[in-house]
Amino acid sequence: MLTSDNAFSTALTLILGMDSALISIVALSLQVSLMAVVIASLIALPLGAALALWRFPGRNVMIVALNALMGLPPVVAGLCVYLLLSRAGPLGEWGLLFTPTAMVIAQVILVMPIIAALTRQQVEALHGEYAEQLNSLGLTRLRMIPTLLWDARFGLLTVILAGFGRASAEVGAVMIVGGNIDGVTRVMTTSIVLETSKGNLPMALGLGIILLALVTMINAIAHIIGETAKRRLG
Amino acid sequence: MNKTRAFIFAGSLGLTISSTLMAADDYITLASTTSTENSGLFDAIIPAFSKETGIDVRVVAVGTGQAFEIGRRGDADSLLVHDTAGEEQFVADGYATERQNVMYNDFVIVGPSNDPAGIRDSETVTDAMQRIAESESPFASRGDDSGTNRAELRLWEDADITPQGEWYRELGSGMGPTLNTAAGMDAYTFTDRATWVAFDNPQDLTLLFEGDEALFNQYGSLLLSAERHPHLKHDLAAQWHEWLVSDEGQQAIADYEVDGQQLFFPNAE
Repeated sequence: MLTSDNAFSTALTLILGMDSALISIVALSLQVSLMAVVIASLIALPLGAALALWRFPGRNVMIVALNALMGLPPVVAGLCVYLLLSRAGPLGEWGLLFTPTAMVIAQVILVMPIIAALTRQQVEALHGEYAEQLNSLGLTRLRMIPTLLWDARFGLLTVILAGFGRASAEVGAVMIVGGNIDGVTRVMTTSIVLETSKGNLPMALGLGIILLALVTMINAIAHIIGETAKRRLG
Repeated sequence: MNKTRAFIFAGSLGLTISSTLMAADDYITLASTTSTENSGLFDAIIPAFSKETGIDVRVVAVGTGQAFEIGRRGDADSLLVHDTAGEEQFVADGYATERQNVMYNDFVIVGPSNDPAGIRDSETVTDAMQRIAESESPFASRGDDSGTNRAELRLWEDADITPQGEWYRELGSGMGPTLNTAAGMDAYTFTDRATWVAFDNPQDLTLLFEGDEALFNQYGSLLLSAERHPHLKHDLAAQWHEWLVSDEGQQAIADYEVDGQQLFFPNAE
């Protein structure tokens, strides 16, 4: 019988038992998603800021494209990365298919547009506010990027968390490019799919509860860091 | 300062990931079916193989149709699937050099326990499927070009039925999700016995028809062609392929039971 009671007790048993298989699944989930968010941020923060500051032909097209890509279905991103990394594909020589690295690549593609699009919007608003001041200091646009990103950091923290949410929640991409291989590319979301397909619903829901708890924890840590920093700066 | 920290963080993440990758270099990638994975067979037999040879087997469990595609693209070192006609075609097309019978089990028809189509006392599977079609009782089909799906479609053909209409629902899902859905909508469905026995959420579904010779479900191992895909780990894959049909491998398959019930029957020649 499936009751939520059952799922909670399953989750609790899993956590208290410190099951080594579960720990490695949780660790891999965090590694892949955090790595993807770090890489995506390194690309998307400057890119978003640049889009906010420069005016060039095709800018609007790029903005619309980034906004649209925020809704890219994970399974499509996964399929593209699969075809790219498959032995028969252009990057097949690298032998990356069915590895955690392939999962990171797919998630970077999913997360990057979200961070870039939202960064552009935040930085554009901030630039509107401070444009005169920044211009009077004689700053070039290139020099404005770090200044504006730093000034927008609290808003950007939420942006990055939105990206992390997307990465940790998706299953379509990592399933295709990772293959859900036990002990190698199995993460929280693919485990949940597997347990559901076995009809082991309490276990599936139990894993879901653990995933949700982890994501909540990371968001709480980020929130505390943000609040502390704000207070220190007065 | 913050940047340095971020880089150290990113670097350590990278290291952890690459060390996970380098941990076992002696491994092969096996594309196989959801039925073998979901039933727990691999967890039972791979450790025995690894212990003997030091080779780890990484299983990517997909439908048989997708497994063939993975093999054609050179993304797996070996295949263990269940569509004999498809496998022979795969060898004929030059993607694999050898095919071996490994084991068999059988397909069964499960459905709601009140059995609205009355297939319980059917003589043959053809008869059972005709009764389902005539009574237009809901039937959930995999619809995903898997080995089970291909077998089901062949049986409709044998029964001279073109399954269509509101009662016939193609789900496009794996065996487990199809069973979950069939349980949810009180539909009949066609499943391999292993997945059915290991399945934990049957609700009102029960086994209604079994035992016809036409329900035989043969699994075969394919050794992929070294000529077509020179980068594959042929030596290691050949050891796996040989082990499956060896006395040890066949015994390991025979020994695997769920609830005291043997799920796969070795039959290598």
